[in-house]
Amino acid sequence: MVWDWIPRNRELILGLLAEHLVLSLLPVLAGLVLAVPLGWLANRSPAARAVLIPTAGVLYTIPSLVLFVVLPGILGTQILDPVNVVVALTVYTVALLVRSVADALAAVPSMVVAAATAMGFRPARRFVAVEFPLAVPVLIAGLRVAAVSNISLVSVGALIGVGGLGFLFTDGYQKDFPTEIITGIVLSMLIALLTDALLLTLGRVLTPWHRLAGSRG
Amino acid sequence: MIEFREVTKRFPDGTVAVDALSLDVEAGRITVFVGPSGCGKTTSLRMINRMVEPTAGTILVGGRDVMDGDPAQLRRGIGYVIQQAGLFPHRTVLDNVACVPLLLGWSRKRARARAGELMELVGLVPETAGRYPAQLPGGQQQRVGVARALAADPPVLLMDEPFSAVDPVVRQSLQDELLRLQSELDKTIVFVTHDIDEALKLGDRIAVFRVGGVLAQYDRPGVLLARPADDFVDGFVGRDRGYRGLGFLSADGLPLGELRTMTVGESVPERGWTLVVDADRRPLGWVDGGRNGASATAVRADGLVPGGSLYDTGADSLRGALDAALSSPSGLGVAVDGTGAVVGSVSADDVLTRLAAARADGAAA
Amino acid sequence: MTILSSVLAWFADPVHWSGPEGVPARVLEHVYYGALALLVGALLAVPVGLLVGHTGRGGFLVVGLANWLRSLPDLGLLILLVLLVGIGLVPVVAALVVLAVPPLLAGAYAGVRNTDRAVVDAARGMGMREHEVLLRVELPNALPLLFGGLRSAVLQVVATTSVAAYVGFGGLGRFLIDGFRAQADPIAKYTEMTAGVLLIAALALLLEAVLAGVQRAVVSPGLRAPGRGARSPADMVLRDDPPCPLTETKPETAGVNP
Repeated sequence: MVWDWIPRNRELILGLLAEHLVLSLLPVLAGLVLAVPLGWLANRSPAARAVLIPTAGVLYTIPSLVLFVVLPGILGTQILDPVNVVVALTVYTVALLVRSVADALAAVPSMVVAAATAMGFRPARRFVAVEFPLAVPVLIAGLRVAAVSNISLVSVGALIGVGGLGFLFTDGYQKDFPTEIITGIVLSMLIALLTDALLLTLGRVLTPWHRLAGSRG
Repeated sequence: MIEFREVTKRFPDGTVAVDALSLDVEAGRITVFVGPSGCGKTTSLRMINRMVEPTAGTILVGGRDVMDGDPAQLRRGIGYVIQQAGLFPHRTVLDNVACVPLLLGWSRKRARARAGELMELVGLVPETAGRYPAQLPGGQQQRVGVARALAADPPVLLMDEPFSAVDPVVRQSLQDELLRLQSELDKTIVFVTHDIDEALKLGDRIAVFRVGGVLAQYDRPGVLLARPADDFVDGFVGRDRGYRGLGFLSADGLPLGELRTMTVGESVPERGWTLVVDADRRPLGWVDGGRNGASATAVRADGLVPGGSLYDTGADSLRGALDAALSSPSGLGVAVDGTGAVVGSVSADDVLTRLAAARADGAAA
Repeated sequence: MTILSSVLAWFADPVHWSGPEGVPARVLEHVYYGALALLVGALLAVPVGLLVGHTGRGGFLVVGLANWLRSLPDLGLLILLVLLVGIGLVPVVAALVVLAVPPLLAGAYAGVRNTDRAVVDAARGMGMREHEVLLRVELPNALPLLFGGLRSAVLQVVATTSVAAYVGFGGLGRFLIDGFRAQADPIAKYTEMTAGVLLIAALALLLEAVLAGVQRAVVSPGLRAPGRGARSPADMVLRDDPPCPLTETKPETAGVNP
């Protein structure tokens, strides 16, 4: 390790770090916003489910590199445009979360839903007040997987020139300079694990009743 | 057959589940462990096949200490039925039942043939053989569980709340089925339940446990109802124990009274209750001569007052006799023989007299 | 639509279908690296996952390890290994093994943990020894989740094997990297890249379909009954992503979470 390379390139590293965070976490946010209504739809209507869930499965099967390359053709963007990476990762996040949301909503005990209906909740209010909160733990689990794999996948984008910290890998390879690569790996892992821990904490804060049940048992 | 000698189980966290338990389980009988949750009844059962190992004391099965030798070998010789049946979801019903014989090294063919016999014995139709457990309703799953436990013909059967997860109607039929099986097989059965009614119905002997793993009373069901050892047992046995205790007293020697009978088409008598019977003397219902003021009219089959329960002189206990008397509109219980033909009447007073005599006998004995 | 027609022309050109740089050879290379990595990964991860699931001890280690490995950026790891030991099969396969282990580990562990405790109790109570409980009862019951993990591992390995081309190795990634680097003409460049990614996507979908078929053949129909997995044939192409069941069983590893 050439330790002093790191402070000498602080600006570059911090810039890449910021780019990496945006490229990986923006899709998580966008994916969540899209997946909740789609998952809700898949849970409500068998027809929607029959379309959405298999589609999500096929999308998930397509390697990320493929999307990075094919999307410019579909979106009309330049191949080096960061939008390609954001859209590709959003597609993955949606594909993963649609099923999580649908399964989580299906797992809400029907008696709880019936009780809420009997108390006079209208469907929209009931979804916000009852079904969605109860689906949070599974949703958080899905978000954690999406966030961690997105952070790792972004660096693959470096192969087509947009990859946040992935630049340190390709650049380090061309310069035959392991320090740069190790720096990239460590930073990427750090933000992945930190994001994971943050989401875990968020999940606990949002579902205090789970913690209570856990400590009793 | 199974002997507990000062057996204690203390779990690592310090709780004492079973405290110095000593009792003998009779061979060829059903012994029920009953008590509230946390009383150590299941732990006691699970120590018999070493699913739980005792902290102190000895358990002998057929004279051998269960702690000697290989636990897997011990368990293969003891049938084991648990609450959720615990059937293997990835195997067919037939292969579930054939499981222990296969573990014992039987050929697949012989094990499956044996499994087929067992399925028939517990009342499962052959079509179920190829199904998977998830395709069967709960009651059927429990039958498979019982068949699986019996497959290697073990002398001892351990049953841990086997019927508590099924609905009351199915539970009753499973209980009846178990009693029928036991009358053919004469296994040594240890049965755990928290339901005192189930214990009283099935048990030849009942061990009542209190919280903390202490044996409160170990007796025959009739004795448990007649003479509970203390307030705890009294409370646990519950309400109506005097009435339910009649169920364990023989009705032998109960005097039968006269009973006025007639058939459809005869004239209604001037006063008093008369039982209407068919050509085979089976009861149809009652007519009350005085009340409808319709004397001299003919008895019609659709104008009868329905009767109460019947007292079968061959099979019923004093409880059946008393219930027949109490549920009859005339106050006279209808006594029938095995074919259902009326043989006489029984009155509540006679039952109580008989009860008093039984008490006097019991006190003398 | 010039791209579409030129991609079709690319596939129609017999030059691309023969020799050491043709499609069949590249497919074989791709599958070979991936299969090797999956084999090594399975040999490492599945026994550990099964054993930890069976004993119930060290569950938090498995979850933690899977999380750490998952967070490793594969491209960086591959490049680092190549720089350290030189280009060759070992660094490529090693990087892919790191990718294959988390889903396999999680699938095996969660599969065993999710086996109904009453079923395991009954197995022991009827006189099965510990290895019999694991192999005859817990393993067959773990298969649906284990297969979910395997399918997930296969997808990720197939996708990432493409990256090996970046460090000068073979496989389908070659078309992608060579197209990106070598072709000067934008149409020719994009054509070769598109052909490459289409082949990668086709291989992934094909393997997914094959594995789904194998899973149907291997997993007991008793585990497919109502309420357990595969609701419709369409679900076959879905990976039963093991991370979710894994995080769900987390509370069971009591005392691990502060």
